Amino acid sequence: MLISLFIACYNDTLFPETGKAVVRVLERLGHTVEFRAAQTCCGQMHYNTGYHPEAVSIMRHFLEVFQGAEVICVPSASCVAMMRDHYPKMAPEAGLINEVNQILPKIFEFTELLTDKLGVTDVGATYPHTVTMHTSCHSLRSLHIGDKPARLLQAVRGLTLIDLPNSDQCCGFGGTFAIKNAEVSAAMLDEKMQAIAATNAEICTAGDNSCLMHIGGGLSRQKAGTRCVHIAEILAGLTRVEA
Amino acid sequence: MSIHVGDAATAPDFQKAAHTLLGNAQLRGNVRRATETIRNKRAIVVSEMPDWEALRTSAQQIKQRVLSNLDGLLEQFEAACTKAGGHVHWARDADEANRIIIGIIQGHHQTEVIKVKTMTSDETRLNVALEAAGITPWETDLADLIIQLGHDKPSHIVVPALHRNKTEIRQIFMDKMGLTELGTRPEDLAAAARNYLRERFLRVGVGFSGANFAVAETGSVCVVESEGNGRMCVTLPRVMITMLGIEKIIPAFDDLEVFLQLLPRSATGERMNPYNSIWTGVTPGDGPQEFHVVLLDNGRTKLLADTESRETLHCIRCAACLNACPVYRQTGGHAYGSIYSGPIGAILTPQLQSMEHSQSLPYASSLCGACYEVCPVKINIPEILIHLRRKIVENGDAPVTEGLGMKIAAFTLGDASRLAGAQKLVQLGHKPLEAIGLPGWSAARDLPAVPKETFRAWWGKRS
Repeated sequence: MLISLFIACYNDTLFPETGKAVVRVLERLGHTVEFRAAQTCCGQMHYNTGYHPEAVSIMRHFLEVFQGAEVICVPSASCVAMMRDHYPKMAPEAGLINEVNQILPKIFEFTELLTDKLGVTDVGATYPHTVTMHTSCHSLRSLHIGDKPARLLQAVRGLTLIDLPNSDQCCGFGGTFAIKNAEVSAAMLDEKMQAIAATNAEICTAGDNSCLMHIGGGLSRQKAGTRCVHIAEILAGLTRVEA
Repeated sequence: MSIHVGDAATAPDFQKAAHTLLGNAQLRGNVRRATETIRNKRAIVVSEMPDWEALRTSAQQIKQRVLSNLDGLLEQFEAACTKAGGHVHWARDADEANRIIIGIIQGHHQTEVIKVKTMTSDETRLNVALEAAGITPWETDLADLIIQLGHDKPSHIVVPALHRNKTEIRQIFMDKMGLTELGTRPEDLAAAARNYLRERFLRVGVGFSGANFAVAETGSVCVVESEGNGRMCVTLPRVMITMLGIEKIIPAFDDLEVFLQLLPRSATGERMNPYNSIWTGVTPGDGPQEFHVVLLDNGRTKLLADTESRETLHCIRCAACLNACPVYRQTGGHAYGSIYSGPIGAILTPQLQSMEHSQSLPYASSLCGACYEVCPVKINIPEILIHLRRKIVENGDAPVTEGLGMKIAAFTLGDASRLAGAQKLVQLGHKPLEAIGLPGWSAARDLPAVPKETFRAWWGKRS
């Protein structure tokens, strides 16, 4: 299957290893990956902060770039949520209703793609670590991801998955919220880090590097023992290579 | 006409208020424990309802029908209530409502009023107006009494004194009720409140309440509560006044079936409220012999005009969104500067005031969606928060630096080669940024290391 990768702007810049891991997993499963170099962003930051004309123009660019793609893989649940929840609302004023309706069924979050579209739970990975998983709000409440990521992780050789207490509670990132309400965001993060510490896991994973950047930034500041790794990197059987 | 919701127009920004509250470990602990208890009870009684989702949809549809036919339903209510012996008053704003209420009380030469279950009276600052007119208001809901005696402000929609614990409440009672001795058990505190309140229930000639629902078809008013103090308040006095926001109307008596299942389970985790009081006009020889209803607009019709956010008016004040909210959990309700706190407050308060005040509130959310998930009338709060942020930007009220940053970001993201150029700048600028830190972020979090090579650069080399 030819799979078009939408990497997401922040993964592209800050977390390229996640993109490499996605490519590695999909190619190992016998698929061909393409990367349309003109791609940029989904528009979520602009939309959520109230800058809608800007978000519409970014959406327009996305639709042009991915025109004709059969399957689009996105290793970021919040970008997928942006597209599914908000593109249909933005489409009418942009005159892009058909384009949005055509593209939405082709967009899959990375773990959804594996379990729902490709029908695999064992991707052939080995990862000999204890892992706990943060369920991002967008994957939980917009994508209704359910146990898809957990099933994928449970099939990884050597991996021990430890339940994260209160895993449905937001980590406090929330995009510009982490800057505008930095102190409340940090208080929310504190609770999340306490829950992670209680698991004693070596690794905290998620399907969103945005949450992991926030959680990882806090854990790093506390010099905690747990590191954050995107789920694609676990499924690729990799550990994150330091820059 | 400028609409005011309590003191919200002059309250500090959410960020500033939150800063103070985050330092109050006692309050935060109280809030955390109380919201967790209610949240867990709610989860149990909701999970036992096989038709919960159908009930939510039904309630949403009833409310949609109400809002698209509000004028007609209000007039129907007025006619039915009047026919049953009630008097209906229409108040455009807080001041007009307070004037009407004071006029009724003074007309009976009374100097006291017993009050129960009324958030709208906080919205109109009725107690301040009453006291200025020489009338003493007595709050009779236990939590409201604690707030009144402690010269405090409500921090929760259903459990207004949730930020107080038993020890604090005991101290307030001893100080303000003039008690030299008081036990420490909850029963002791309840007994003290009972003695204090019953004397007033029997003495005071005017009662005042809010309403959970008002039925257009019959002209009935409904108040649900747990203590029975509300029942005393609406049955013992000779004159009764009820104020309600105009959105509290429901079309038919049968619609209560839906809401009286949703509300108690969502609000307090109870299958049914211990006291459900429903009354219609006056009954000779039984209960109040004079009954007034004040229908309060105070910004609601203006809110109704915005089709994208009017579902804010679906709210039945259950506060499930507060108990589910990870932001409220950290700060409690005082940070929201309004009687309406939590996620619903963050959308309701600014809209009632035509987006002229409380503009920090739409940003007081990580948009996690927990509020929408539990809302019994399916208000899409995250979507409305975004809608209000958009309004703030369009009105030119967002910070200039933010607008500039967003314009630059949008330009950069409009084209891949511009993005690649910006990525080079990020790589170059990261070390200095790491040294000075990113305001806010860096107080509690490290910045991620920036890799030397972007994904697109790696891909470019690969193929």
